[in-house]
Amino acid sequence: MANPSAVCNGHLHYQKQNNLLKSGISKKNGITKGIKKNGVSNGSPYKKPFIEHFERTPMYVAVLTFLGFGVGTIFGYLRDFMRAWGLEKRNVAAEREQQKDFVPLYQDFENFYTRNLYMRIRDNWNRPICSVPGPQFDLMERVTDDYNWTFRLTGRTIKNVINMGSYNYLGFAETDANALKTVTKELQKYGTGICSTRQEMGTLDKHIELEKLVARFLGVEDAMVFGMGFATNSMNIPALVGKGCLILSDELNHASLVLGARLSGATIRIFKHNNMQSLESLLKDAIIYGQPRSRRAWRKIIILVEGIYSMEGSIVRLPEIVSLKKKYKAYLYLDEAHSIGAVGATGRGVVEYFGMNPDDVDVLMGTFTKSFGAAGGYIAGKKDLVDFLRTHSHSAVYATSMCPPVAEQIIRAMKCLMGLDGTTQGLQRVHQLGKNTRYFRRRLHEMGFIIYGNDDSPVVPLLLFMPGKIGAFARRMLEKNIGVVVVGFPATPITESRARFCVSAAHTREMLDTVLKALDELGDFLQLKYSRYSKSAHPELYEETRFELED
Amino acid sequence: MAAAVGVGQQWVLVEMVQAFYEAPAYHLILEGILILWIIRLLFSKTYKLQERSDLTPKEKEELIEEWQPEPLVPPVSKDHPALNYNIVSGPPTHKITVNDKECINFASFNFLGLLDNEKVKNAAQASLKKYGVGTCGPRGFYGTFDVHLELEERLAKFMRTEEAIIYSYGFATIASAIPAYSKRGDIVFVDEAACFAIQKGLQASRSNIKLFKHNDMVDLERLLKEQESEDQKNPRKARVTRRFIVVEGLYMNTGDVCPLPELIKLKYKYKVRIFLEESLSFGVLGEHGRGITEHFGINIDDIDLISANMENSLASIGGFCCGRSFVIDHQRLSGQGYCFSASLPPLLAAAAIEALNIMEDNPDIFQTLQGKCKRIHRALQGISGLKLVGESFSPALHLQLEESCGSRENDVKLLKRVVDY
Repeated sequence: MANPSAVCNGHLHYQKQNNLLKSGISKKNGITKGIKKNGVSNGSPYKKPFIEHFERTPMYVAVLTFLGFGVGTIFGYLRDFMRAWGLEKRNVAAEREQQKDFVPLYQDFENFYTRNLYMRIRDNWNRPICSVPGPQFDLMERVTDDYNWTFRLTGRTIKNVINMGSYNYLGFAETDANALKTVTKELQKYGTGICSTRQEMGTLDKHIELEKLVARFLGVEDAMVFGMGFATNSMNIPALVGKGCLILSDELNHASLVLGARLSGATIRIFKHNNMQSLESLLKDAIIYGQPRSRRAWRKIIILVEGIYSMEGSIVRLPEIVSLKKKYKAYLYLDEAHSIGAVGATGRGVVEYFGMNPDDVDVLMGTFTKSFGAAGGYIAGKKDLVDFLRTHSHSAVYATSMCPPVAEQIIRAMKCLMGLDGTTQGLQRVHQLGKNTRYFRRRLHEMGFIIYGNDDSPVVPLLLFMPGKIGAFARRMLEKNIGVVVVGFPATPITESRARFCVSAAHTREMLDTVLKALDELGDFLQLKYSRYSKSAHPELYEETRFELED
Repeated sequence: MAAAVGVGQQWVLVEMVQAFYEAPAYHLILEGILILWIIRLLFSKTYKLQERSDLTPKEKEELIEEWQPEPLVPPVSKDHPALNYNIVSGPPTHKITVNDKECINFASFNFLGLLDNEKVKNAAQASLKKYGVGTCGPRGFYGTFDVHLELEERLAKFMRTEEAIIYSYGFATIASAIPAYSKRGDIVFVDEAACFAIQKGLQASRSNIKLFKHNDMVDLERLLKEQESEDQKNPRKARVTRRFIVVEGLYMNTGDVCPLPELIKLKYKYKVRIFLEESLSFGVLGEHGRGITEHFGINIDDIDLISANMENSLASIGGFCCGRSFVIDHQRLSGQGYCFSASLPPLLAAAAIEALNIMEDNPDIFQTLQGKCKRIHRALQGISGLKLVGESFSPALHLQLEESCGSRENDVKLLKRVVDY
């Protein structure tokens, strides 16, 4: 074996380049490695290593998970039966007496999962807090007397719970009076409401200032801001595409993108998550065979992807998508809800992370809720695009604009990130986030948990698999004063329930260590360390993968 | 026994060979040709009846090269009326500075004048100090603050219903509420003049939409009767098809109210549920500002769902739905704009709570508002060339041209000149 950096999945480096688009990055035991930089950039679109992990579920775990759900379902039927025959009290609200003979509002079966499985672990969601959602927050204590059917607030608060659930990537959710000085001033000047839409009386000078700043931040010609991130997608995609157009959307796109695509009336085709061969074959077929049945050419083809996928933690393969888009003349719509501010050397998102030109992406969309600690969304791109949206977007005509104090918060956060306020605080936050992310992921890998996603993404899903462990995990972490977010079916596939951590720049090393220690203990107690590839603490002494690949 | 069979077989074989020799020539030739033909057919390649040519890779490349998509957006002409927004500097209150010109504001939906109320601002400031600006998460993942819970309780108490649910954007409220209940195959009867948000909600729900003429109860009854006769034909399907009527309290597009008492009668007669959208009438109609149910004196439990946005009278941002727990609780798991979107920033929730306080403490502001509306209505009646559309107590009125100029474009230009003056 020659120098270590020549390793590339056991294949010759040069051969791999040609097969890049065809065979893609090879998977070996579920760990995909991109091309490592070798000093010779032979046309590889990736300038740094692109390492993503999607380890396959061990067989015994999948079996046990299905068994768990099976047992839950059987008990669900039993309880439904007992409730129907009056042997057990009904805890759910029922329809009014006067409307008993109306067609029932909910089908019994639709709510089966909610009634019987979700209800058992419902106390892990919708937990109310009563402080700023920073790196630590105060939780309101909530107890249930009847097994989660109703909750009661005891009035006590659990203080200083470490927050691993909120989308506070750069730590801008803060109450520091100095930081919020301008926001307070604007609130006093403008008040809270707008009471009008963009096209009527709703455009304030604050909005113009914000839009110019966003355009400068992203390095594009113009931008437009909207009052809600979800509504940005669902109201602007219908304005851009219509009947006779084709939308190619990733499997795991967010509900707002799916809703926007459906409302537009265009044909939707889904390609496998982050899978470039699937996307390319769809593109080829679309252009060659045209619209179904009539064989007319498509009016336009648009690809909908996200920067970071919030349930998987994976980053989109932007260089490959851009080269595909250029070859097949499609348009690219990039939703950077989680990635803006969180990845990239100066926080400009995935475009900067891959070292690409923002002009390559046709529509750059993002939200201000996650990294900027505010609310709302934006769409940025060429001036023609933004002018068109100003006139034709549904949101501009019918929906209210962003409120001024929120706009001011975004302005001050963006100025801080760009360094326009005279400090390097913004860059420091971005670097801190990168350090925290890498540290956290490395330690979790070493402990032996199954973690999904890219090594650079601050969204860290930790797989729990079994339904019983979802509730146990979240409750025990709360006892240790750590607040985590757990997700199960139907937001994830049925066997892949997970706990999702959102690393923040405001987390200190001590906080992360506390969390890691608690995870270690809990992992042993609940037997969550499923990974078959736990690395040692000193990889430079013993790189297991290098040995494996030399065959 | 076996020998006898063997002999029998041989016997048949011999007979066959003999027959072969004795057959006439044409017979043999015909059979020979047939056999050869069968062999040929067996070995030739199959072809499909419809000539679907498989393209060669070169042709595919050519097709890919030749295809030209439309531009992503069509070019917008420079003098498009909506391109240049009116820029407001300073707070959008009663006196507003538009494009550097000071005007009296008749364009914002600031019905109760709460936009520059000091108490509301102070409440928002206090909340800002405590919570910061954003909530950094959806309701399910640590985005539920105590101010949200308090606001929901206060709204439910104010409207005298069991429960209320808050959304972070007014448009998303009704657009998420309708698809949560009405799915593909259900039937929705909706007024023609319904606002855009309702239309989007209906489109997202994929239900069967039946439009009835604006405020025309006779037309609605006709549609309901038709539906009833359809049900007779297929009772099994009818038993699972849900039916809804969606109306607005005060219509944004025409400025008049819906005839709620007749709707309630139709509801019980034909067994349909009513969804009421009260964006303009919340905080405007009724003795205490509870909306159109108070205006007509109807029991609020008769309405299945009331949805309103807080962006008009309450001078905040967001929206809410209120009704019985049986109905509202469902949205907490299936309302798209609720589950998949970040929650309302706490300072806006605190501002809304304070605005509610003001509304409850000063019930006479509603009378003042209605008085002013009537005055304006009377004053605008006599202008020649322009027609006033809208009820006398509605704060949102439409001025329409009495006679159209001919084309829609000219109409729009003329109205714009009126606006610009």
